[in-house]
Amino acid sequence: MKKNGLIYFDNAATSYPKPSATLEACKYFTNKVGANPGRSGHRLSVEAGRIAYDARASVAELFNIEDPLQIIFTYNATYAINMALLGLLNPGDHVITSSIEHNSIARPLRYLEGQGVELTRVSVDSKTCQVDPGDFKRAIKPNTKLIAILHGSNVTGAILPITEIGKIARGNDVLFLVDSAQTAGAYPIDVESMNIDLLAFTGHKSLFGMQGTGGLYVREGVNVRPLIRGGTGSKSEEDIQPNFMPDRLESGTPNTPGLAALAEGVKFVLTEGILKIRSHEEGLIKQLVDGLSAIDGVNLVGDMTLDCRLPVVSFNVKGLLPSEVGQILDEKYDIMVRVGIHCAPWAHQTMDTYPKGTIRTSLSYLNESDEVERFLNAVNEISKKRRT
Amino acid sequence: MPDYAVVTFYSTHHALKAERILKKEIMISVVPVPRSISTNCGISIKFLTKDSGKAEEILKENHVDFEGIFPWPEG
Repeated sequence: MKKNGLIYFDNAATSYPKPSATLEACKYFTNKVGANPGRSGHRLSVEAGRIAYDARASVAELFNIEDPLQIIFTYNATYAINMALLGLLNPGDHVITSSIEHNSIARPLRYLEGQGVELTRVSVDSKTCQVDPGDFKRAIKPNTKLIAILHGSNVTGAILPITEIGKIARGNDVLFLVDSAQTAGAYPIDVESMNIDLLAFTGHKSLFGMQGTGGLYVREGVNVRPLIRGGTGSKSEEDIQPNFMPDRLESGTPNTPGLAALAEGVKFVLTEGILKIRSHEEGLIKQLVDGLSAIDGVNLVGDMTLDCRLPVVSFNVKGLLPSEVGQILDEKYDIMVRVGIHCAPWAHQTMDTYPKGTIRTSLSYLNESDEVERFLNAVNEISKKRRT
Repeated sequence: MPDYAVVTFYSTHHALKAERILKKEIMISVVPVPRSISTNCGISIKFLTKDSGKAEEILKENHVDFEGIFPWPEG
């Protein structure tokens, strides 16, 4: 799990490195199990099924989901969000979202708007990066079916008050979909206390699984129309999709080696504990934010209040394009960050960093303070060179 | 030979959920579904007939969907 002296600060895109147990689980599955889960009655197929079930049960424990079978696995959070939005909303329905959504929510909602779904975007304050939960309440209409928002912004790092918004949704009989791509594994999530009806998650960020895994929790009784239909290993004699979970929404062979890794990634998070993870990350955020704020010519984007932000920090260096800074960091300093628009044009329009974008540094639990220090020294040198 | 019974399911997911719960309480083994009993999912859970009542109770308590409990067919 070492990185050969490179500093990888692009964990909001995908986490790297991964705990070694995740790779071991992939290898074990591929070498010793191999079979297709849930398709046959032989022991290898049963063992593959157990591995997939173990992943479901681990995810259920992390998010306080009572029945693991209400979780379906997908390729990523985007797929899960699309399943939820396209499977719930019909022409004439009204949906409320925020103005800092990632394209994983923005694009399917714009598509649905074209199909006759009514869309309201609650604005996000460009200084605090926060929403006013009351705005969601005021936006609710008789035909409002769903509130769909991200939990943490991949651009500003802001964590939205989903507990308050969930209360409003539940109190008004509106379904509540949360995109936890940036928060699952890094910040506490409880589908019961937060009144979450649908939770989209990705496996390959703070849950430390491999790319190609993610999923959707659907509260019992919420009727999501399947996006795809096909083989489930159940009711095989029928040509009609089963209506029970997870088969209803999970067709075709899953990414079982990926699920084996996901189970270990989630167990790593459960063993370390979200509070310890959060506390380590808060230390890194503070060091990063304090260090960047002290550098002349660096402009941080958004509010830096520690208790409502992730280790995702966007900034710009005066006189340089984000892409130039990114290239120097990579080539001269061996530091990997992401630059540009981060798949979230709405967020950049809100934060007034459109179309230029930002330099985004995103850390994980497996980053250390000496890496942040090296990064700060590099940014300081780049910025100083520009000024002289 | 002791008498065996088998519980069958609509989906393997349900069978695997049942396995995790039942194995804490009674002796079980996961076996392919005897074709004469069911054509639904491929696996079922076999146990001693005397544990049938207990198995049914545990599954219902834990809201695990199952198709039915049947006597294990004789060879």
